[in-house]
Amino acid sequence: MIRTGTRYRMLALFVAPALVVYVAFAVYPLLSSVGMSFFDSGGGESTFVGFGNYVELFTNPTTSERFWNALVNNVEFFLIHLLVELPIGLLIAALLTSGRLRRSVGVYRTLLFIPATLSVVIVGFLWRLIINPLWGIVEFPLLGTEATALPTISLMSVWQYLGIPMVFLYTALLAIPDDVVEASRIDGAGAWTIFWRIKFPLIAPQFGLITILTYIWTFNGFDIVYALNGSAPGPNYSTDILGTFFYRSFFGSSGQVADLDLGATVASVIFAIILVTTAAYFWVLQRRLKTYEL
Amino acid sequence: MTTVTQPRQRRRVRPADRAANVGLHAALIALSLGAVVPVLIVVMNSFKTTQGIFGSFLAPPDAETFSVQGYLNVFSRGNFLLNYQNSLIVTISTIVLTIVLGTLAAWALVEYRVPIAPALAGFFVIGIMLPIRLGTVPLLKTMTAWGIVDTLGALVLVYTAMQLPLAIALMTTYFRAVPAELKEAARIDGAGEWRTLWITLPIVRVGIAAVASITMLPVWNDLWFPLILAPGKGNQTVTLGVQQFVGQFQSDYPALLAALTLGAVPLVVLFAVFSKQYIAGLSKGYGK
Repeated sequence: MIRTGTRYRMLALFVAPALVVYVAFAVYPLLSSVGMSFFDSGGGESTFVGFGNYVELFTNPTTSERFWNALVNNVEFFLIHLLVELPIGLLIAALLTSGRLRRSVGVYRTLLFIPATLSVVIVGFLWRLIINPLWGIVEFPLLGTEATALPTISLMSVWQYLGIPMVFLYTALLAIPDDVVEASRIDGAGAWTIFWRIKFPLIAPQFGLITILTYIWTFNGFDIVYALNGSAPGPNYSTDILGTFFYRSFFGSSGQVADLDLGATVASVIFAIILVTTAAYFWVLQRRLKTYEL
Repeated sequence: MTTVTQPRQRRRVRPADRAANVGLHAALIALSLGAVVPVLIVVMNSFKTTQGIFGSFLAPPDAETFSVQGYLNVFSRGNFLLNYQNSLIVTISTIVLTIVLGTLAAWALVEYRVPIAPALAGFFVIGIMLPIRLGTVPLLKTMTAWGIVDTLGALVLVYTAMQLPLAIALMTTYFRAVPAELKEAARIDGAGEWRTLWITLPIVRVGIAAVASITMLPVWNDLWFPLILAPGKGNQTVTLGVQQFVGQFQSDYPALLAALTLGAVPLVVLFAVFSKQYIAGLSKGYGK
């Protein structure tokens, strides 16, 4: 046995390098961003302005209009991901674990996951070339029309990331013990009944995990929109999401001056949106788990 | 449990089963084509002339339309070799740093169970869900103050911080599975803590491979941090390089497609090799 004093010393020694990097370049910047949002550093000197930056963000006609537009677009971006990825991911996972496949499982799994290995830049351009109205497979300018631009970009992203929910559901289905399935088969249940009555309830917790991860990832989204439409994503900001709005606020773009304080404020608002939802999710999850235990 | 099904499998396949099998494969092949064909179209067209691409988008290159001019243009106009070098340096450094720091931390969190260990582990695990990008403004300020803006080192530090939580979560599950007797035996034989960890490493090598493969993709493919922290010509990664190249040479389609192909192929190949480790890493890392 190791003495307690030694344990503390060893723990500190081994954990310190990781802790320093993690705190310095992940945790501290996030918290510092929230701190910065209460200051005005415009004149070189930092002065405390309370909620001044937030008031400015939500009352200035331009920034507030852009913010709400980006938020609504981001909700749409998230919902399209969730509603398309979940059913297709579930279908693929169910097919892969139907028990009828042998060695081909690995091949299908790898092929289906390939889009998720590409960079978003490549996915964006690849699809833009394929749906180019001049010579691609559709004549309608999907990306050039306000009503269809965001759904189109969302679906490109869905095509890319379909493999992620697929893998979560696939591994959850694999983890179901064979004897559970075998028992119901002996009881005379068919493949359809086994899936919906036995397997589906057992993998249900995965849907919560996928939903919350998709939520965090889409509200952190930026790359595909920027790759296709730049930092002021058109047509007429119809594909602007919180990530591109955030980027413009601190980096600037044509028609917008870079403002680090505004950037920190926008980041804090996005952080709050993500944090509140994630916390609510875990709170509900914990309560439900407790009721099941009782 | 498999013994029950064994006699059944030896029997002749019933027609209904055969139909189900055909349907299953047909569905999976169709879905796989949907995933792969768009990529293949780009790769195929990158070996064609502009006329060949516009003439018939879906036709494979023939004697008349075959051309590698796109690749020649990419290499003469872009900085692809430099971009690859930068991406390799950043990705490999991040992987090594993440594995070393993550393994040390996970080992200690599993091994030295003192009251604050679980809280510390929880503090790291929260990071899996933290949207690190939202700290970009202070990061940019810090990096500017330290004079490391527009260096590859800035990227490596941020990516390591970003990937450590997942690495620690993963390595923790693998270290937990190491038999306690083995470590006790090493200690009784007089091995110090470093030596004991060293003896344990071969047992968790699957975990190390999972961490490496799961760190590779998001780092190689990231656009946000290269754009903000290392945008200079000399420091551009492949992802940013492709993005800028495509923006600049909008009308040179063969070169554009060649650039996309060059950006995509290395990772697809690496993934095909390490897909097992990657999938294990993905499901074990998040699935807690």
